[in-house]
Amino acid sequence: MRDVYIVGIDMLRFGRFPGKTPGELGAEVALGAMDEAGVSIRDIQALYCGNQFDPVGMIAQDVQKQIGQTGIPSANIKNACATGATTLREAMFLIKAGAADITLAVGCEVMPRGLLGGGEPAAGISTEGLLGSGSMPCVFAEAGHAYARDYGTSFAQFAQVSVKNHWHSTMNPKAMYQKETPLEEVMQAEMIAYPNTKLMCSVNVDGAAAAVLMSEEEVRRRGLMGQAVKIRASALASDPYTPRNLAMWDINTATRMAADKAYEQAGLGPDDIDLVELHDCFATAELLHYENLRLCGVGEAGRMIDTGETRLGGRIPVNVSGGLLSKGHPIAATGIANMYEVVAHLRGTAGARQVEGARLGMTHVVGLGTVAAVHILEKSL
Amino acid sequence: MAIPKSVAPWLVVDAEGRAHVEARRCSVCAAILTAPSLACPSCGARGTLQPFMVTPTGRLHSYSIVHRSFPGVTVPFISVVVDMDDGTVLKGNLRGVAPTPDAICFDMPVRLVFDDAGRQDREGNRYVSYFFEAA
Ligand SMILES: [Zn+2]
Repeated sequence: MRDVYIVGIDMLRFGRFPGKTPGELGAEVALGAMDEAGVSIRDIQALYCGNQFDPVGMIAQDVQKQIGQTGIPSANIKNACATGATTLREAMFLIKAGAADITLAVGCEVMPRGLLGGGEPAAGISTEGLLGSGSMPCVFAEAGHAYARDYGTSFAQFAQVSVKNHWHSTMNPKAMYQKETPLEEVMQAEMIAYPNTKLMCSVNVDGAAAAVLMSEEEVRRRGLMGQAVKIRASALASDPYTPRNLAMWDINTATRMAADKAYEQAGLGPDDIDLVELHDCFATAELLHYENLRLCGVGEAGRMIDTGETRLGGRIPVNVSGGLLSKGHPIAATGIANMYEVVAHLRGTAGARQVEGARLGMTHVVGLGTVAAVHILEKSL
Repeated sequence: MAIPKSVAPWLVVDAEGRAHVEARRCSVCAAILTAPSLACPSCGARGTLQPFMVTPTGRLHSYSIVHRSFPGVTVPFISVVVDMDDGTVLKGNLRGVAPTPDAICFDMPVRLVFDDAGRQDREGNRYVSYFFEAA
């Protein structure tokens, strides 16, 4: 199948947009991505739109009502935290299949406020606080502790993830928060679900990100190879059965499967990757994914954060955007926003946080349920 | 008095109001399952899931101490994932243990206990739940 490129990409600085609809947020970044690609809505042959929380969910059509209703095929996608990545992947496959040359992928979200992952049931009683907690901070704390049980990872090591990512965010004008947080501040912040303190939880914000994709022929025809970034690999995996996954969401196995498939598709290994934007929805999760994405060996994630290998300037910088922890995590926008970050580095336009000489970058998201997406993006020559 | 209802499909309450946890084991691949399913989610076999009563003892696999939860939920509490001695895996609350990291250790032995859930639904039905205590 033919190669597909990201030619234009845009994201909002995530935040709160009271009174705005997901379609309005999505439309803004769709225009930004189209402008960067030098195309108009009349050039777009299909639109895929990701959104998780809107109850009606016809956001692709809402976006078109904002920017141009040209009658193109479009579809709405919902896939938890992998929604944005899945949306872009679908837009990519239409081109790979030869059914289109230019497609648009949009991820946009107006988030429900407060804790996610529990609340009142339609019938019966809530089991929250009775059969443990289904709140996201707790679920990811339990996932982190399962790793700590085997490898002795400490509260301080998990907290160092927030220190690193919050430091990175000070160099990213698109991060919701751009404030350094020393280790003591992270560890002494309000405890939400031990070991995740408030500063170890991703930020609940609204947001949107969009990308214009083109076939290789189209990129060449338009003379856009200089700004184009190749989608070198795209992998998606659901959690296979594992013995504990009825009692705790398994964020590891699906991530490993997607990562291995992506490396295989690209014909690359972890040592070839120059930077990674991975799913740090909670500080406890980031360390697990070092190992899941094969960035380190078994049990080495704690050492990796201790030695600074994943800091900007380190062996393999992770979440130089500030990550979900400081950039924010508007569910359906996150996957495309991760790619926005990697694209900036591959183009050499990431400013103070630029990973020097970046040629290959990886993006990862994992949505509970469970689904994981891994993409490898490559700088055009 | 009415028999209390169960908080989960795998918690069985009999006609006398006595509770136990029931899991199902696949006769083909030996996977152990709590939540109901049409076929075995591990191997896909149909009609192979045999119910059994879960051994009430196990070891703590993972945990979190929950300090912030949803409105109406009393905090702090300890949420635990437990590997039961027969291979079943259950999630629940650990009670009778101080909600501090010093009081909790991985692999500590725990046992299942059954008790009133302390909550009622909109129709006023009572519920029985299971809890873990240090063994
Ligand atoms: Zn089976």
